[in-house]
Amino acid sequence: MLTDQAGKGVHRDTPGPGHSAQIPLRTGGDLLQLVSPEGERISHPEFDIWVKDIGDEHLCSLYEDMTVIRRIDAEATALQRQGELALWPPLLGQEAAQIGSSRSLRDDDFVFPSYRESGVAYVRGAHLSEIARVWRGNASYGWDPLRINLATPQIIIGSQSLHATGYAMGVQLDGANTAVLAYFGDGATSEGDVNEAMVFAASYQAPVVFFCQNNHWAISEPVRVQSHVQLADRPTGFGIPSMRVDGNDVLAVMAATRVALDRARKGGGPTFIEAVTYRMGPHTTADDPTRYRDPIELEDWAAKDPILRLRKLLQAKGLLTDDVEARVKSKADAVAAELRSSCIDMPDPQPLDVFNHVYSTPNSWIERQKDHYSRYLNSFGQPVEEGAL
Amino acid sequence: MSKLTFARAINAGLRKSLENDPKVVLMGEDIGSLGGVFRVTDGLQKDFGKHRVIDSPLAESGIIGTAVGLAYRGYRPVCEIQFDGFIYPAFDQIVSQVAKMHYRTQGRVKMPITIRVPFGGGIGSPEHHSESPEAYFTHTSGLRVVAVSNPQDAYTMIQQAIASDDPVLYFEPKRRYHDKGDVDETFSLSEALPLDKAAVVSAGSDVTLIAYGPLVKTARDAAMAAADEGISVEVIDLRSLAPVDYPVVEASVRKTGRLVITHEAAQSGGLGAEIAASITERCFHYLESAPVRITGFDVPYPYSKLEMHHLPDLDRILDGVDRALGRPNSLSGLEG
Ligand SMILES: Cc1ncc(C[n+]2csc(CCOP(=O)(O)OP(=O)(O)O)c2C)c(N)n1
Repeated sequence: MLTDQAGKGVHRDTPGPGHSAQIPLRTGGDLLQLVSPEGERISHPEFDIWVKDIGDEHLCSLYEDMTVIRRIDAEATALQRQGELALWPPLLGQEAAQIGSSRSLRDDDFVFPSYRESGVAYVRGAHLSEIARVWRGNASYGWDPLRINLATPQIIIGSQSLHATGYAMGVQLDGANTAVLAYFGDGATSEGDVNEAMVFAASYQAPVVFFCQNNHWAISEPVRVQSHVQLADRPTGFGIPSMRVDGNDVLAVMAATRVALDRARKGGGPTFIEAVTYRMGPHTTADDPTRYRDPIELEDWAAKDPILRLRKLLQAKGLLTDDVEARVKSKADAVAAELRSSCIDMPDPQPLDVFNHVYSTPNSWIERQKDHYSRYLNSFGQPVEEGAL
Repeated sequence: MSKLTFARAINAGLRKSLENDPKVVLMGEDIGSLGGVFRVTDGLQKDFGKHRVIDSPLAESGIIGTAVGLAYRGYRPVCEIQFDGFIYPAFDQIVSQVAKMHYRTQGRVKMPITIRVPFGGGIGSPEHHSESPEAYFTHTSGLRVVAVSNPQDAYTMIQQAIASDDPVLYFEPKRRYHDKGDVDETFSLSEALPLDKAAVVSAGSDVTLIAYGPLVKTARDAAMAAADEGISVEVIDLRSLAPVDYPVVEASVRKTGRLVITHEAAQSGGLGAEIAASITERCFHYLESAPVRITGFDVPYPYSKLEMHHLPDLDRILDGVDRALGRPNSLSGLEG
């Protein structure tokens, strides 16, 4: 049976050797791959154990999630083109990185995303309208962060890596065994915040996983403008072990993330994962990649498409039946339809909402401005209502 | 004379500066092959090379901090901060280093750094893309802060900023990037209005209306609408936000006796507050009514569906003009 909301909570306990000393941690170097671009399962002496529980059904559900978020991405892009969303940051090509990592989390883990992790938001249980809301311009936040343990989208590059580290320090102070995961891109590794986050995480051995999706481009700047070494080689200078994984291989991403989360939970400290992937679309719907990107590069990466790879694996295992295909397609269609209708039906915020929630207690400056603005609106004979945000 | 968009006018000014002075270098995120997210630097890397037009790592503190070193070495860096809301990681370098170096070294080290910042709202962007952070910088001594409002000024003032031995924050109203205007590219900088001067953009006798950057156009439109009602509004484009050209403002207020100031930035601690206080000190006996501020509210810049409420528009400015004149307005009958 395919799982419903992304199989959340299905695999709560990470398998593995159960002893942090045995956790395989490599630094930079070769790319961890468990499935080849041709869809062959590559066995790996250290990492296989971390995905040994992933049976046929689970594989199919990963395929479903990846297909669904690709469909969300396509639908949202279309909604932006139709003027229903103000902007959209596509994740095309990054499905394995997002699904593999987020499906490795427990519900009680806390996640700090950038703005591109709509797939992660879906897996964490954000409603489709909540995913659309920020990009439609109806609110500055999408979902309640404390309901689904997922911070709101972060626009300021790299900031969330510090928040994640601080949260992890709090987990440590509480003596809890929650893990924290921060997503950021290759470009973000240049920012002071990300580097300072690594300093703090290492100093306090905070239970945080830095999950860097190296999609090769920071808007128009290739990763080589950000770093002269492989990104996975950098954290070691801070005393943080790292893994470099094929970000288009969902199994490899899961194995690496599970290792890192397990390590965090067992007091092993921070880990850095570089998921090597590729952003096949524009940076956002406002971007024009033809100005800076060679189409040949795109073709090369299209051949390594993460969904295609999983399809080949499923085919080889005889799992890609018509029945599975039909169910995945109908799920994706249903999700897309719901995204569309919940976006279009979303009520507009009300004018006086501008003033709400600036402070948690009344503030005379703002009350005065709100009163004056409401009188101003009334002077046009408009009834002024407050929204329900 | 050519008709250029705002963005092209800045591009032309940057090109002139790059041509005239080999010490000018451009730095910023995505300013190379992409030509910047607003295409302001379009084609410059192609024509001047990667050493003069530097695609920098994604690190704002790094961009400004290395510009300090380049300036020490005799260069004139022109840094692009991609959007207003991304200047804060560089804030420490700007206010603690760039602003103070000349003072600290008693004039021995100059910081001829220009920091270009697309600012302001009205383009339906997500958060951190529509801020008006100018007051943070006008509050810091040692920085010149300017905001341009039309393509001709954009063209000349970018060159003046680059030629200035003081550091200049050069604010570009992003919602006006595509507006076209006449630009005289033969204009010599020595004939141009100096960088620190305000301009009276339309003369009037009843009320002085001060604006800068994106709201100059709105203010002019408001003045035209007021004229239809027989009210004569003098519009001043401040151009220089630090230092403010008080002589021009004073002369106008002495004539009109009434002052309205408009900006997109939040009201409290904003430039409008400073100007209202300074003009009250300087022209108290000439004022017929209290200065009026029509500004963004004291709230974080709201999500795009509500930004039209936050941004001063023609009607809100006219309501403010009515208040200054004691005509019926939305606050009639209220005290304070
Ligand atoms: C502090 C800051 N500077 C600049 C930007 C503008 N900006 C938005 S996304 C981006 C590129 C980010 O690249 P990367 O970190 O690799 O993440 P990706 O978008 O590729 O997922 C830039 C420069 C920003 N949002 N925040």
